[in-house]
Amino acid sequence: MPEGSTKDGIGASVRRKEDKRFLTGSGRYTADISRHGQLHVHFIRSDHAHANIKSIRTDAAAKADGVVAIYTGEDVAADGIGGPICGWVVTNRDGSPTNEPPHPILANGSVRYVGDHVVAVIAETLQQARDAAELVEIDYEVLAPVVDLASASEGVQIHENVPNNMYFDFELGDEAAAEAALAEAATVVELEVRNNRLVPNAMEPRAAVAEYDPVDEAYTLFTTSQNPHLTRLVIGAFMLSIPESKFRVVAPDVGGGFGSKIYVYPEEAVCTWASKKLQRPIKWTADRSESFLADAHGRDHINKVRMALDANNRITGLRVDSLANIGSYLSAFSVVTPTILHAPLLSGCYQIPAIYTNVKGMATTTAPVDAYRGAGRPEATYLLERVMDAAARQVGMDPAEFRRMNFIPKDAFPYQTPVALQYDIGDYEAPLDKALEMIDYKGFEARRAEAAKRGKYRGIGLSSYIEACGIAPSAVAGALGSRVGLYESATVRVDPTGTINVMTGTHSHGQGHDTTFAQIVADKLGVDVGQVQIIHGDSDKTPFGMGSYGSRSLAVGGSAIAKAVDKVIDKAKIIAAHLMEAADSDVVFADGKFTVAGTDTEKGFGEIALAAYVPHNYPHDRLEPGLEETAFYDPLNFTYPSGTHIAEVEIDPATGVVQLVDWACCDDFGNLINPMIVEGQVHGGIAQGVGQALMENAAYDENGQLITASYMDYCMPRADDLPDFKVDYTVTACTHNDLGVKGCGEAGAIASPPALINAVIDALSPLGVTDMSMPASPEKVWRAINEAGKAQAAE
Amino acid sequence: MYQTNYVKAASTDEAVGHMSSGGQLLAGGMTLIPTMKQRLASPETVVDLAGCGLSGIEDTGDAIRIGAMTRHVDVAESAVVQGAIPALAALAGGIGDRQVRNRGTIGGSVANNDPSACYPAAVLGLGGTVHTNKRDIAADDFFTGMFETALDEDEMITAVSFPKVAKAAYLKFPNPASRYAMVGVFVAAGGDGTRVAVTGAGSDGVFRHGGMESALDGDFSASALDGVAVDSSDLIGDIHAAPDYRAHLVREMAKRAVDAC
Repeated sequence: MPEGSTKDGIGASVRRKEDKRFLTGSGRYTADISRHGQLHVHFIRSDHAHANIKSIRTDAAAKADGVVAIYTGEDVAADGIGGPICGWVVTNRDGSPTNEPPHPILANGSVRYVGDHVVAVIAETLQQARDAAELVEIDYEVLAPVVDLASASEGVQIHENVPNNMYFDFELGDEAAAEAALAEAATVVELEVRNNRLVPNAMEPRAAVAEYDPVDEAYTLFTTSQNPHLTRLVIGAFMLSIPESKFRVVAPDVGGGFGSKIYVYPEEAVCTWASKKLQRPIKWTADRSESFLADAHGRDHINKVRMALDANNRITGLRVDSLANIGSYLSAFSVVTPTILHAPLLSGCYQIPAIYTNVKGMATTTAPVDAYRGAGRPEATYLLERVMDAAARQVGMDPAEFRRMNFIPKDAFPYQTPVALQYDIGDYEAPLDKALEMIDYKGFEARRAEAAKRGKYRGIGLSSYIEACGIAPSAVAGALGSRVGLYESATVRVDPTGTINVMTGTHSHGQGHDTTFAQIVADKLGVDVGQVQIIHGDSDKTPFGMGSYGSRSLAVGGSAIAKAVDKVIDKAKIIAAHLMEAADSDVVFADGKFTVAGTDTEKGFGEIALAAYVPHNYPHDRLEPGLEETAFYDPLNFTYPSGTHIAEVEIDPATGVVQLVDWACCDDFGNLINPMIVEGQVHGGIAQGVGQALMENAAYDENGQLITASYMDYCMPRADDLPDFKVDYTVTACTHNDLGVKGCGEAGAIASPPALINAVIDALSPLGVTDMSMPASPEKVWRAINEAGKAQAAE
Repeated sequence: MYQTNYVKAASTDEAVGHMSSGGQLLAGGMTLIPTMKQRLASPETVVDLAGCGLSGIEDTGDAIRIGAMTRHVDVAESAVVQGAIPALAALAGGIGDRQVRNRGTIGGSVANNDPSACYPAAVLGLGGTVHTNKRDIAADDFFTGMFETALDEDEMITAVSFPKVAKAAYLKFPNPASRYAMVGVFVAAGGDGTRVAVTGAGSDGVFRHGGMESALDGDFSASALDGVAVDSSDLIGDIHAAPDYRAHLVREMAKRAVDAC
């Protein structure tokens, strides 16, 4: 437990320190950064989903006003520039490796999606670059696109080394056991679901400013990244062959990412490469259209689910066969998301003795698909919580009670699932019970009847989820195909005056780390949060860290900070013992003071800090001067947040409009550091889940053109689409990190889509409706009502 | 955006003069500016109408006359409009979002005749009159097709007049993404009978629905519309709504508009 305590410490809803700059428009984003003499690059992107490049004529463009350089894939190849690598691969069912095609940063020979980067036009101004781009003539030989996921294996082959357009063919679990359970089942529940494709839509579009210093022979790249150290590693070591010591990557304020800013994209690599070639800084800022076309999209699975129940309605087996749309190239975490982050979650909160899953990762001529808020866990949770409702309906049980009887009991932890994970701790009934009470589950039928009098169909839907955060340990991840470690780092530097700088390897792009991390330090050291400065996002300032994604920052990064603070306290105690002429073991640290047990002798934390830097009276025989400690923390296990979300909807049968009228959720995130920030994360996650369930859908036409390429057609959730959320928590503290924390960033987006779709189906179930795909748009719901009405009339 | 020249006209005559030399009129810019930013429009000159003195709302006795450059927010908040034709004020208050309503103008909306815009439904539904620098054009003659109007090359809207009617209402089913009208129906009952104008749905833009008008002339009630057929063959189909769903919504929004009258 934390040693100190202050009113701003762990558990306090401290207002976010970073909001002053954000709310006053003073945030400093990549696009706000301009370097002296900078040039601007405009990328000519493919208009075709799939084509061979026959020729590119740039002579007219090269003569246009202000043009400094025009680069194509041939220039990239001539300089031996590599493409972005896939950060995690898997072994196929037959033992072969993932098929990894090349991904040139400017297309070389072929284009494979609308938005693919073909030519970089660099000019004195952006206007001049765009004008010149219109003079570039590209002659394409158009090839057949591959758009439909279900039939992608039959389409024209997209990459030379990806036969049948299949990047990988992954499996996990015991197929024979799952099939046996299904064969012996009293009830088999079958369901096919589609996890709709999403555009990430971070508020800030991607951007990059790269600068080369010929004196130091060093590069600086400012970029919109969730993990600047990984960007440096990938671009430096794998793409441009820049020594890491000569390459600084800075991710300043970043306006949201949701996963899409984890990956290295061609644009920032082109800027970095060209900055040395031209000896001028190069700047690029995506416009919103480019964000739609070329940010890595999310989700896009087809899952065929079969669940076995015994005569007592206990789950005995589960089989899931999935197709995952990976798109045109392998983005960094595109392979791990539908496999390692998906398949091990298929046990959910439930005791399921036999599970088997096969996931085929398919190439299509669409934008690359990668991790998006939740990354694999939303897809797993969606299919599982949908089939749980389908099963309850099939056997005539209340969906809450059906879940309860199949929950892993709270005395069964640690619990080994048949799909690799070992859950350390949990209590799934507690949040279920609380959420049921919060929404007045017992009173629902009365509300349904009342709504019916107003001509509305009212429905209620549950989702009891588990997720896995803070991917770990690194050794296990490595064995499973990860090419990176998954620890986190922190340096805690105490200044002579007692103020504290914390350098973290995580990256805040909206999560409020400046505040949450400061609270951990303030709590442990007994100082005010105002004394603690969090520094992140600059590879020259922070120790090597893995960045922020997968709700890992607190559980892994926060734990590294806590460890570093503990080292500081351990050292400070020795200094204090020396100054107070006491034995180390007699010194107690609490409330920011070092005291000698049984005496009134005490030293403040600030006094010790000063003594460490002005070591006139100092235990030089035992300690070095200074008070600065670094810790790396590699977790022993994932953390396992869980909980229950319940949605209540009303449907207008005349229009098909689904109105979300109530929402209750009870989550178990372990200990909470800042409940206000946690609640904000829950709200945002639910909003994104509501978007996926009711509104959002990235749609390509049969030619591979993105038809939802702007907000005119891509529907985002808005505040007035959402009810007031009822949010509460239960706590089972994580057993393997000192803070007892689990992570909260993605839970809302993971839990909410199935709760909402289950509610829609429940509302329509009196009509005989048993299925609804996402997004449950007004037209789709109206058709379901109409068709159900026709079917009933025919009976 | 391409390079373009900007002039701010001080009068209607000056603005019309620029039109003859290829100038593109700029009212609120809610369509033109985004289109230019996308490089889908490249006028050599944009002619800003903000200095032409075309803003204002006037009660002319049996009608309300609204200057072409009057912003949606001004119509929505006008006590004159709210008192005389509350449905028109409500329609203006439901266009776009706050930012759009603070810039967008009635003249720009009517001249553009976007098939999903709200104002054309009010002009046609109320049987209004479009005043230009050359003439007065009856609503029934003004809207000639999607993004097409009866305006000549050298003609610009100066004001729009709306007759006061006994009762009227506008009901919109917004496109879930853009919140333009996916279907909007304006119903007005006045001395000359009932008018029903539909926006958002027609392949040729805003249109009147004769079947619903006759039904309502016989019995001004929502149930009178139950049996009225709405032909889907001329309606828009897109990823948000196929023609048959739009046809259903036309009748549904009309019924709700009648109920709201």
